Amino acid sequence: MNVHNPAEHAESAGSGAAQAAPRIAHSRLDNGMEVVVIPDRRAPVVTHMVWYRNGSADDPPMKSGIAHFLEHLMFKGTKTHPQGEFSQLVADLGGQENAFTGHDYTSYFQRMPREHLATVMEYEADRMSNLVLTDEVVAPERDVVLEERRMRTDSDPAAELSEAVQAALFTHHPYGTPIIGWEHEIQTLGREDALAYYERFYTPENAILVVAGDVDAHEVERLARDIYGKIPARGAPPVRQRPQEPPSRAHRLVSLADPKVEQPSFERVYVVPSARTAEPGESEALEVMSHLLGGGQTSALYRDLVLDRKIAVAAGVYYMGSSLDQTRLWVYGVPAPETSLEAFEAAIDESLEKFLATPPSEKDFNRAKTRLVADAVYAQDSQMALARWYGAALATGETIDDVAGWTDRIEKVTREDVVAVARKWLDKRRAVTGYLAVGEAA
Amino acid sequence: MNKMAPIEEASRAARVQEIRTPGGVSAWLIEDYAVPLVAMQFAFRGGAAQDPKSKPGVATLLSGLLDEGAGPYDSAGFHEALDDIAAHLQFSADRDYLGGHFQTLTKNLDPAFELLRLAVNEARLEQGSIERVASQLAASLRRELKDPDSVAARSFRAAAFPDHPYGRAARGEIDVLPQIGRDDLIDLRARTLARDNLLVGVVGAIDAATLSERLDRAFAALPATSRLEAITPVTMSGVGRRVVTEVDVPQTTIRFGRPSLDRHDPDFAAAIVVNHILGGGVFTARLFREVREKRGLAYSVYSHLQNNDAASMLLGGTSTKNERAAESLAVIEEQIRDLADNGPGDEELEKARKFLIGSYALRFDTSTKIAGNLLQLQLERRAPAYLDQRNRLIAAVTLEDAKRAAKRLFGDGKLLVAAAGRPVGM
Repeated sequence: MNVHNPAEHAESAGSGAAQAAPRIAHSRLDNGMEVVVIPDRRAPVVTHMVWYRNGSADDPPMKSGIAHFLEHLMFKGTKTHPQGEFSQLVADLGGQENAFTGHDYTSYFQRMPREHLATVMEYEADRMSNLVLTDEVVAPERDVVLEERRMRTDSDPAAELSEAVQAALFTHHPYGTPIIGWEHEIQTLGREDALAYYERFYTPENAILVVAGDVDAHEVERLARDIYGKIPARGAPPVRQRPQEPPSRAHRLVSLADPKVEQPSFERVYVVPSARTAEPGESEALEVMSHLLGGGQTSALYRDLVLDRKIAVAAGVYYMGSSLDQTRLWVYGVPAPETSLEAFEAAIDESLEKFLATPPSEKDFNRAKTRLVADAVYAQDSQMALARWYGAALATGETIDDVAGWTDRIEKVTREDVVAVARKWLDKRRAVTGYLAVGEAA
Repeated sequence: MNKMAPIEEASRAARVQEIRTPGGVSAWLIEDYAVPLVAMQFAFRGGAAQDPKSKPGVATLLSGLLDEGAGPYDSAGFHEALDDIAAHLQFSADRDYLGGHFQTLTKNLDPAFELLRLAVNEARLEQGSIERVASQLAASLRRELKDPDSVAARSFRAAAFPDHPYGRAARGEIDVLPQIGRDDLIDLRARTLARDNLLVGVVGAIDAATLSERLDRAFAALPATSRLEAITPVTMSGVGRRVVTEVDVPQTTIRFGRPSLDRHDPDFAAAIVVNHILGGGVFTARLFREVREKRGLAYSVYSHLQNNDAASMLLGGTSTKNERAAESLAVIEEQIRDLADNGPGDEELEKARKFLIGSYALRFDTSTKIAGNLLQLQLERRAPAYLDQRNRLIAAVTLEDAKRAAKRLFGDGKLLVAAAGRPVGM
């Protein structure tokens, strides 16, 4: 039973768990746009996604939230298709649509019966260069975003704590700023900010088309050339320049007490390498290590803290492998009623020490790898999940081969690798600990 | 414009094989060999509505315990056995049923079905596991105690079903959970895990004969008949009331609802269309346009039809900053009254029908979703033919039907409203 996973607030597309590849077609248009086709012929439907290699970590200073705000504004219409026309068209086709913003990417998608793919491509290509924004549509949409922030964060102490933990973890890198932005900066975002950001990033060189479903790869590539290929190249992809995080030398404790909290909880977040920044094999070893340490009810933390010592009702680990820059690994837990957060943290530290001191048994190690490899097969059942994995991987600097070879690389991880990455990266000086505590009314 | 050739929509019902095993288990199967896995969704009618009156939460607790040790395995051993073959097995309790989700790689079919058999027939329900799962459940309930969305949902439910099993907390109450004993769990299991109330949907790389044999291994030893308490059909009450619960947050969460039509009502297809026009999950719904797009009052605003076995409702919700919460509610009520009085427009109806018909295919693109749909139709007491009939029913909804259904759905436009936050002027 998963009581609370604070990592849910991270809006990750999941770590690099892809699969023993279905036949992926990968190409690039003359204007620089990448094209990925993932055939899945089981149902006559198609998933169409366009990913841009920019996210909230690319927001200019004092403009936090602009990537996410622009994502909302992308539904406001173009020169040829006024507000609502694209959404109405998708609805008429029986399609679903939405968009999401992460730290490293922004993505737009539609899912619909396959015969409408070309139509939807036309509209998506149109709004890559012809967006029209007026103050009349921008102002109420900014209110919508502020309500979104109130709903997701400002009414939930657990989300407020996560925000504070991330801010403490990244003292310099923009991953410390929430994707949705800080309220006082969202309030100042306007039409000009959105258009400036749009001009900079919404270009074919910066975009990735991912189509998954009941389609022929050659046919999709032809459509992509005809439709997206018409968009003029800008000459070069935009450059992402982000302040990088200095080495972390001090463990930090962030504590939030609120009268709305009835159930205390604990999280600790370490800065660790991502699939893109890691030494070869290290990210895969971190995946296996995370599963052994905190992946479900057979993991070391769950056994030790929940089953044996009974001082936790939940404990787990989550590693967010897909990330352009250094990423995060969460250790989280919910203490048993009579356990204080301080005692809980001490128990977590003991449990981690034990884990670092003792290599996993052959049986536990093989079980973890079996589960990770099988999850890649299960993933093939969902074209949306596959499209998201490939899109997120490419948008964070990985390659198709990286994704397709993931299972093989997981198989190659050894027990020694797991011990080595655990000892190297589970260093408390690289971490922020967060307490969510029951508080007195102010 | 380039277009791919449209294809004739193939019959979905024709792919469904209805199985009746020698051991007395019924199942619907769709064979599909594209991915080497088998996905199964199953349910025993009963669920949280069968909880003893003074002990809500028994069904939920039972569902959390079926995979916490069974037969030769203790809790840790059972989960290790599942992980060793990378099988998924999870149980959950709903108002009207106790459900199971099961998924395995084809190569591990036999050991996976053996673990399923153990969970269903030989779960140990050990005292230590009961206490652990109850404490996990209590932790998740405590976490929600002052969460505005949960607060609004709880007060809505209490006002809607004051003297009915549906008014009780399906996942139990923090103070009552420790009083649930092993006897309560064993009693509910004996009454509700049987063959006559078991429904199964399967999709994947398996043929009917193989599945039939495996289903008997897992389920044939269960009692032939369940012993369910009859749940009295009920119309939700509280329409016209506003229940505000104070929570110290900047935003008010609103839940609203009123009685709706039974899913076998002749106007049900029209009700689906009308609800879609009001607040269905698209950017073109009236509530989305009026509350979010035009006025910036909320990020999320929606309505949906909720049909339980003993009650049918139209439910909806939104979240708006405290200062403007009353305005959001007024806009919602205005749209509901307008639909009640005037019905939808011609064009609105046409667009809603198109969306509902076209999007039905999106429910059938993963094995787990398809298996879930096969199960859902059985829970709704429909035949496989409904898979093909459904779009024809939607297509046949006329403007007159929609107007009539809107009148029946929305009546005088009054709602039960539950709000959590510090709404101004509500």
